[in-house]
Amino acid sequence: MRSILTLSLVFSTIRLATPLVWAAIGGLYSERSGVINIALEGLMLAGAFTAAAVTFYTHSPWAGVGAAMLAAAFFALLLAVVCIRFKANEVVAGTGINILFLGLPAVLSGALFLSSGSTPQIPQDELLPTLSQVVRIGPQWRVLTDVSIVSFLALLVVGLTSYVLHWTPFGLRLRSVGENPEAADAAGIRVNRIRYAGVVLSGVLAGVGGAYLSIGQSSLFTRNMTAGRGFIALAALIFGKWRPVQTMLACVLFGFADALTIQMQGVVKLPSGEDVPVQFIQMIPYVVTIVVLAGFIGQSRAPGALGVPYDKES
Amino acid sequence: MKVLRDLLFPSLAVLCAFLAGAVIVALVGDSPIETYRLLLGSAFSWPDGIGYTLFFATPLIFTGLAVAVALRGGLLNIGAEGQLYVAAFATAWIGITFANLPAVVLVPLCCVAAIVAGAVWGAIPGVLKARFGSHEVINTIMLNFVAVALVGYLTQYHYRIPGDPIMETAPVGSGAHIPRLGAFIPGLPARIPLNIAFLLALLSSWLVYVLLWKTKWGYEIRATGQNPAAAEYGGVSVRREVVLTMAISGALAGMVGINEVLGYRYRYYDGFSDNYGFTGIAVALLGRNHPFGVVVAALLFAVLQRGGVPVDAFTQLVSKDIVLILQALVILFVAAEAAFRRGGRRRGAEG
Amino acid sequence: MKLELRGITKRFGAVLANDHLDITIPPGTIHAIVGENGAGKSTAMRIAYGFYTADSGEILVDGQARQIRAPRDAIALGIGMVHQHFMLVRPMTVTENIVLGAEPGSAMSLDLRKAAAGIRALSEEFRLAVDPDAVVEDLSVGQQQRVELLKALYRRAALLILDEPTAVLTPQEVDEFFAILRRMRGQGKTVIIITHKLSEVLAISDNVTVMRDGRVVGEVKTSETDAAALARLMVGRDVLLRVDKPAARPGATVLAVRDLSITASASAASRQLRRDRRRLDGVSFEVRAGEIVGVAGIEGNGQTELIEALAGLLPGSEVSGSISVGGRDIRALDARRRREAGIAHVPEDRHRRGLLLEFSLRENAILGVHYRAPAVSGPGGVLLDQAAIQRRADLVIREFDVRPPNASLPARALSGGNQQKLIIGREFELPPTLLLIAQPTRGVDIGAIEFIHRKIVALRDAGCAVLLVSAELEEVTALADRLLVLHNGRVAGEVDPSRATHEEIGLLMTGGRA
Repeated sequence: MRSILTLSLVFSTIRLATPLVWAAIGGLYSERSGVINIALEGLMLAGAFTAAAVTFYTHSPWAGVGAAMLAAAFFALLLAVVCIRFKANEVVAGTGINILFLGLPAVLSGALFLSSGSTPQIPQDELLPTLSQVVRIGPQWRVLTDVSIVSFLALLVVGLTSYVLHWTPFGLRLRSVGENPEAADAAGIRVNRIRYAGVVLSGVLAGVGGAYLSIGQSSLFTRNMTAGRGFIALAALIFGKWRPVQTMLACVLFGFADALTIQMQGVVKLPSGEDVPVQFIQMIPYVVTIVVLAGFIGQSRAPGALGVPYDKES
Repeated sequence: MKVLRDLLFPSLAVLCAFLAGAVIVALVGDSPIETYRLLLGSAFSWPDGIGYTLFFATPLIFTGLAVAVALRGGLLNIGAEGQLYVAAFATAWIGITFANLPAVVLVPLCCVAAIVAGAVWGAIPGVLKARFGSHEVINTIMLNFVAVALVGYLTQYHYRIPGDPIMETAPVGSGAHIPRLGAFIPGLPARIPLNIAFLLALLSSWLVYVLLWKTKWGYEIRATGQNPAAAEYGGVSVRREVVLTMAISGALAGMVGINEVLGYRYRYYDGFSDNYGFTGIAVALLGRNHPFGVVVAALLFAVLQRGGVPVDAFTQLVSKDIVLILQALVILFVAAEAAFRRGGRRRGAEG
Repeated sequence: MKLELRGITKRFGAVLANDHLDITIPPGTIHAIVGENGAGKSTAMRIAYGFYTADSGEILVDGQARQIRAPRDAIALGIGMVHQHFMLVRPMTVTENIVLGAEPGSAMSLDLRKAAAGIRALSEEFRLAVDPDAVVEDLSVGQQQRVELLKALYRRAALLILDEPTAVLTPQEVDEFFAILRRMRGQGKTVIIITHKLSEVLAISDNVTVMRDGRVVGEVKTSETDAAALARLMVGRDVLLRVDKPAARPGATVLAVRDLSITASASAASRQLRRDRRRLDGVSFEVRAGEIVGVAGIEGNGQTELIEALAGLLPGSEVSGSISVGGRDIRALDARRRREAGIAHVPEDRHRRGLLLEFSLRENAILGVHYRAPAVSGPGGVLLDQAAIQRRADLVIREFDVRPPNASLPARALSGGNQQKLIIGREFELPPTLLLIAQPTRGVDIGAIEFIHRKIVALRDAGCAVLLVSAELEEVTALADRLLVLHNGRVAGEVDPSRATHEEIGLLMTGGRA
């Protein structure tokens, strides 16, 4: 067991939790404003693909991240229009976006790179840097700052979100719109405008989470590389009761479970001495999500108007 | 008037999706006209075009029915993919384990296995929702991953023929084969995998219609989907309906296994599903969650799927994934137009 | 502020809610707008506040025509509104609710201390005591109403529109509320009060506008009119303010409730009160065949839970005590079995509980009996018998005057009154030995109200036991043979409705002793 619980497990956890945090906090903005965002998975894929493609051409990961934010924001806006302006069923529309990104990256990469879904490999020095590469730190701190800058920024985003929600007018209005849009409207607030902002923000943040997957944690985009992370992020959001810090902790928990299973591969053995079949280890994050959701959702209180399009005249 | 609207709006959604898809194809650098010609044109030749199209339509009818029934009950079943994998494996397992039984026993046994396995895998998220209130969307998606991993494990470690590099099981007994339609229709060669599962799909569509509108069970499912509080008031157990609806939905998705294992490959072939589960969502929505609409929508998507092959082969840049994009656009447009469908304005606040 | 509505017309689908309305509200007065349910009063005021946009017509504020397209326009003009169902964000604090939309501080940082100071000042000026840091969810209904008033005052409203403000208040709270209104008038504010309670109109207002069927049918000075005249204007004919009811002839006990206690929270109203206490606490009473037992009380005092528990809609773990019907303990029976035992239920929220709005009238007519004969026939009793269902639907529609009489229409196409008649018809045709009926005429026009009242009395005379819950004191005192008053989940007292005064009942409703 000792060989599992090492510092590398901590770093592994941080690495695996990072995209979840970005996506989940993004989802928080949307859901606290009352719009269910099932499309985090698709938005992450949008960010991942865009980041890889743009970084490949511009040789700059920052351009990649920026483009990822824009691309995901665009599709989030599309989702917002369908859900807010056309009052579509938010879960169905979100599923549409997810299916769109099962296919769109493949078509685009086929056209750009003549591949069946992946982007070309990006050289190491063009990927997102670690914190230590960006900030000058003394040698004794090196080991602590070997995390990606994106992970560090995730922490900042959580803190910022906490502040915004409770100490700014925007946050107050966002919360009111998600709890009781009629009351917010009666107080003179533009309900739908705030909801648009919430959904687009969720795209921006989920896009960064996706970008981290392709140009931070890895060096290219592959088909469906999110592998359900967008949904796990949503589960973390529910588990975290739609609150920033608790959501982040839920993401860390899921990241830890994921990291543990990776460490276990090849280390933990069946009584017969054989390796545990890889498929069982692959299953673990998903089973954990199911169990966590079943155990804790009853105690979670969703924003009051979540999932209900605001229609004044009905 | 309602029938006109029922036909008009889905057609409009399809049209808009195709237009948007054309824009994407143009952006990618290929000719939309050429792409659509390939996409739509190859479905109507005889025997290959029509034969393959109807064959592709079979699993889509099943998954479309699965999603439609779930939606009627107020649930969104994204887990058809996992349900059909589990069911297909179960079908193959029965076919392999009892390979020596005669067809008159083995075929029904395999069919039952498909239905039961699908029903069980569908009931799990149903129970989770009924008992714990956790959302079926997340749970069904998680179970999709679990199903694929589980079935992959069983195939790789227990049911593969040793030495076979392909991830597939041993073949099922010959008693488990169901006849291809080529045996009955002159001019249709036996190499085309269209089989009697297609007729089963059509039958299922009719049975779902009867279930939903002609039986008390269907009344209870629809009532729960429409307004659980009123259904509860009417003496319906909402929890039971949730589990029952998901089980029926899973069973329908599971019937894909009959087409695949008993009628086509005669074994379980890992990864055989070409996104049937997800396409089923588009099929159900386009078919307005009505079993007959599902059949029509399934045929449309089958046409697209059939067309995907020449698109892949004959265009420079566009791949057959354009079909997925078109599906997604259909879902978005159908979801958006649902707003117009939502009846006339309700009375304003009394007084 | 002087407010005028000129030629305001508003249509909702097939319903003409406002028909070329002309209303003038003189400044610095308390002005009542009365009319029965469906007259268009709320719609007109929601247009003035910007919630709806009129199809045609104009609004003049202090003589100038103004565009009011959204509440923020109305707020900017100095118009404030307190709605019938409070517009409060329950998990947020009083301060957050009041400043929402007019937050002090900068875009980067909310200055909640400044807000709280401003609120305390207003609170003192108008004697509206609230704790700025309290969470709205934990406040009583009267306190929440004060928060709503402060919201309007914080935004410097010169004109306040109050929609059915006394619906949730006890008679004593109503008096305090009127004192607040008089203070506001003294400060030069204009107050519009929408109500259908004529006694209150006569008590507090300076002028009255009467509306019927979307039009203004009268504008009078309060001092020059009386309840009968107003009622006649409201309805267009002489109104029987009391129901003509033969004496009850009660028979054997049908429903016996002993020591019933409930911890479940079944209504939004009771969730507005504190969360952890018992909704019903040791309630005991009986209802005999051929009598109507009324339950009066402010909403949120256990009435909803009582009916839902009796109907079998609450989880058994949260209900204790004994319930027996016809001598038999029914605690173990679920909602379906209870209906089979002859217990009918007309729910208080017909859209939530009573109807499947997208289903046809035909399918709604069998809700609750859809699984057994005559709705089903054939082998195994699985297939629906469409002919029998049509017959049943036709019967209900005919006997209970449901309009339009087309069984294929979706339930949502009907008006509130006709929807209610459909539900009542469905339940009355069981036929029941015990009827549980809550808020039978909420949101129903007066023609249907009279019809429904007559049907209830007829059912009683046919030998059914009736338990009637109503928040309308006039209705429940008119219909009931015996009257229980609920307060805080307990039976505060039982009175003879033909003799008790509203003051006595009001006292019981607040927990005092008669």
